[in-house]
Amino acid sequence: MKERIIKWFFTVLAFASLVFLVGIIIVLFKEGMPIFKTVSVQEFLFGKSWYPTFVPAEFGILPLLLASLWVSMGAMLICVPLGVGSALYLNEIASPRQKSLLKPLVEILASIPSIVYGFFGMVILAPFLQDLLHLPIGLCAFTASLVLGIMATPTVCSIAEDALSYVPRAFKEASFAVGANRWQTLVKVTIPAAGSGISTAIILGMSRAIGETMTVLMVAGGAAAIPRSFFDPVRPMTAAIASEMGEAPMGGEHYHALFAIALILFLITFVFNIIAEIASRRYRIKLGLSG
Amino acid sequence: MDENAIIKIKAQNINFFYGRQQALKNINLDILANNVTAIIGPSGCGKSTFIRLLNRMNELVPNTTLSGQIYLDCCNIINSSVDPAEVRRRVGMVFQKPNPFPKSIFDNISYGLQVNGIKNKEFIEERVTESLKKAALWDEVKSRLNESALKLSGGQQQRLCIARCLAIKPEVLLFDEPCASLDPISTAKIEELITDLKKEYTTVIVTHNMQQAARISDKTAFFLLGELIEVGDTHRLFTAPKDKKTEAYITGRFG
Repeated sequence: MKERIIKWFFTVLAFASLVFLVGIIIVLFKEGMPIFKTVSVQEFLFGKSWYPTFVPAEFGILPLLLASLWVSMGAMLICVPLGVGSALYLNEIASPRQKSLLKPLVEILASIPSIVYGFFGMVILAPFLQDLLHLPIGLCAFTASLVLGIMATPTVCSIAEDALSYVPRAFKEASFAVGANRWQTLVKVTIPAAGSGISTAIILGMSRAIGETMTVLMVAGGAAAIPRSFFDPVRPMTAAIASEMGEAPMGGEHYHALFAIALILFLITFVFNIIAEIASRRYRIKLGLSG
Repeated sequence: MDENAIIKIKAQNINFFYGRQQALKNINLDILANNVTAIIGPSGCGKSTFIRLLNRMNELVPNTTLSGQIYLDCCNIINSSVDPAEVRRRVGMVFQKPNPFPKSIFDNISYGLQVNGIKNKEFIEERVTESLKKAALWDEVKSRLNESALKLSGGQQQRLCIARCLAIKPEVLLFDEPCASLDPISTAKIEELITDLKKEYTTVIVTHNMQQAARISDKTAFFLLGELIEVGDTHRLFTAPKDKKTEAYITGRFG
């Protein structure tokens, strides 16, 4: 009897996350779909003007979508080399003592609240870059990319390092045993074996970057115009939702449009996560671990 | 001992530590060319540790200390000026658990050639074929060289690992309990192979299985708690052991 209660208790807990997920999806659809009575999906996604409070209002999210992609791409250019590189260092070169110091530090970096990164970007990095590169404004896509890139680095590093450390020692030994050096072993055996694990790390880093709100709200500049260079101020989708939700009358078109943006964001990160899951599953099968 | 035999490997005064724990105590052992030398002993006696010194594999384990000399022909291979990759090219190793790379059968064999800078495709193809034939695997895999090596059975994988080892034409073959994870039929095939290969290679095999040592080796060395207790002709060692500990072990009183 007692065992059955315990079993039920944990079953309920296990299914709770499913309930939340389904609930969120339902809310996003229910609150987001009505906007498509006003504008078509095409106009919404590819419309070039975002003037939700004008009369007549325009709901084209292309500037926001491009801003998100722009900023995330920039962040990837920073966090992939930095994250994967430091993972390789931790796994291959660092002494056990260095690793036992560095890995927790990297993980602490991942746990710093994003607003702290935002402050850092706004107060230190933006003025610095403005002076250094003679920009009209320091709060721009470039600054946001830098801060997001630094933020996503520990995620990428930590997951990539896990993937590398799961590569069985037997593979490396086999490689050394036929006279390969460390570099050859790394490039020809370890990295290919950890390849899909490393791509999982990259994709998760990317979905972290694209979903990040606080930082981009603070440092991206906020202009809802189509970015023409890396140094334009931009308004990524998350920043638009966060900054405009307060002023959008509940149940109005603007409100529904913001929910529709959230829905698009959700779909993007959802696809990323599915790709990451498939990649890591293939990785485990490849290494002969269970699927 | 045969007076004319050539000593291929000479280990002198070997002491080896994992951290502070001594795993090998003053080992002196000669390994003769074109002989199969079996190393037997209970788990943890240092036999695997010993053969992993012969191709400098233990260097990959952090925090170890080694003293003594190991001569391969006449060169002291544990001298730090000697490139470990060069030693490993001359002294191949087959591991306890088959460890093919997650690559195709062909790529598994050609890997050793590629990392040693060989690029000629025809040469590589020939060498792959030759190695698979020598490892008695050719007939089973010749039609599917591009399939993943992980699809092979355990016994086939182990023969693939032997072929991978042969491809770079080493002078010495080290086997670290090569049949520990295999069924009796696969084991028989590997044993047959080792016996065939001894014409060309100097072989050292670590085994838990005393019958196996008796079947395939010319010389046997018995290790216990990091010490070399006794070494001699296999037949003599199993029929008339000189040391009481050897006798106790081979008659199954401990281990």
